[in-house]
Amino acid sequence: MTALLEVAHVSKKFGNDTKALSDVNFSVREGEFVSIIGPSGAGKSTLLRCINRMIDASSGEINFDNVNILSLNKRELKKTRTKIGMIFQHYNLVNRLTVIENTLHGRLGFKTTFAGMLGIYTEEEKQQAIKILNVLGLNEQIFKRSDQLSGGQKQRVGIARALIQNPRMLLCDEPIASLDPSSSKVIMDHLKNISVKMGITVLVNLHQVDVALKYSDTIIGINGGQVVYNGSPKNITPDDIHRIYGSEAGKLIFDMGEIHAG
Amino acid sequence: MIWVKSMQADIFKKKKLNTAVFILLVCFVTFIAATITEFSIAKGIASVPKAIQWSFSNFYPTKESLTKLPDILDKMKETLLISIAATTVAALLAMIFAIFGSTATRVNAFFGGICRGIATVFRNIDTAAWAMILLFSFGQSPLTGYFALFFGSFGFLTRAFVETIDEVSSSSVEALKATGASYFTIIFQSVIPSCIPQIISWVLFMVETNIRSATLVGLLAGSGIGFAFDLYYKSLNYHTASLVVIVIVVSILFIELISNYVRRVIL
Repeated sequence: MTALLEVAHVSKKFGNDTKALSDVNFSVREGEFVSIIGPSGAGKSTLLRCINRMIDASSGEINFDNVNILSLNKRELKKTRTKIGMIFQHYNLVNRLTVIENTLHGRLGFKTTFAGMLGIYTEEEKQQAIKILNVLGLNEQIFKRSDQLSGGQKQRVGIARALIQNPRMLLCDEPIASLDPSSSKVIMDHLKNISVKMGITVLVNLHQVDVALKYSDTIIGINGGQVVYNGSPKNITPDDIHRIYGSEAGKLIFDMGEIHAG
Repeated sequence: MIWVKSMQADIFKKKKLNTAVFILLVCFVTFIAATITEFSIAKGIASVPKAIQWSFSNFYPTKESLTKLPDILDKMKETLLISIAATTVAALLAMIFAIFGSTATRVNAFFGGICRGIATVFRNIDTAAWAMILLFSFGQSPLTGYFALFFGSFGFLTRAFVETIDEVSSSSVEALKATGASYFTIIFQSVIPSCIPQIISWVLFMVETNIRSATLVGLLAGSGIGFAFDLYYKSLNYHTASLVVIVIVVSILFIELISNYVRRVIL
């Protein structure tokens, strides 16, 4: 399989001396499910945002679908962004709008400024929105206002908004960090389905190592802005985990043995 | 352990000392200010009964003054309309400046700074000061009052809108940016829908404030209800002047009632 995303020698400095990322390298295959783990402040969010240039990397090269993202002009960047869906920890919905309106926002990147401003959507787009919301189990919430939903439901609207873009890749920034365990499982199962059944590449920032090990094809461990682990969850050792989190051996909450056994 | 305890005790003692010093300082400044201006609290309180007595014997409307009511209402209407017109037009302009000035939606930092800077200048010149300045260009006319209120509202509303946009819509702006939506699409699909209740609320607040200021501005600019009050008061027609005050109070209460109702419905 060919690489859909290639990150090479990417660094990001904030100001003159704060280095958020230094010389990050990895590549992601089409349809792969990749989890990025690491302590708070390690640069996970910065890395994710550099990929769709919500933050501009200071140096390096990011190739997505054979296009160097860092060299794109404004118009080309918008076009590329339509191929990359994004999901946020705090869902980032427009709370006063309905579920279907928020879902259809995923189509705005394909519209002219005029149609976008007025929110003119085609009948097919509306039908597709309803279909996606049905798949995600939100058929009863379609015309509800988003601020009436639970956290897990809001995150599913976030996923619907990303899916209606027909993206090649999803970037998920801590999608379950604000959710309870059962909503978290629903969200992770949906993300896994998206990767397996639709062949969409999924890149997830996670704080829960056990969840990352259970769902991912590949784990990327980051500490201090550098990649310290890149490989299959099957081969990961307690030493690797401790290297990623900079913690001392035997001091993490969960049990590694349990996860490998499961 | 002992070291930790003594440290904590120190912190609490230090905070108490800070508070005591601060209160003493405030008392001292108040005392100095009162001495310099020869302000005496006792004298001030003592004169209150006298003022009340004067009000009750002179400052009430009579049958005679009621004949002026249509005139007064006419002036009040003019004042109300000018306040509303000044606020709504100022709100439109303020919205544009707020969008370019907010960190979430600005085009770039430099231009955003300019927008906020202009608004700050307008906000920090009081409406009364604007009335005096504009008196030179427009003379004693409703236009002076209109522009005085307009400039003051514009400055204040821009500031209020910038904070609303930053607070309410920065997260969904990020989400729409990530979908590849264009700038104006983001403004119309995310910023305006999420901010509209707060914006309406601020505009209503500004209308109320402007009706109050319009009284003073009218006094300075020689138009509207403020001028009517000035006229009756200076011609020693205290009964009619008191009627003007009553009309102002009733109108403000009425407007507050309406805007409270609107707020309840939209929020």
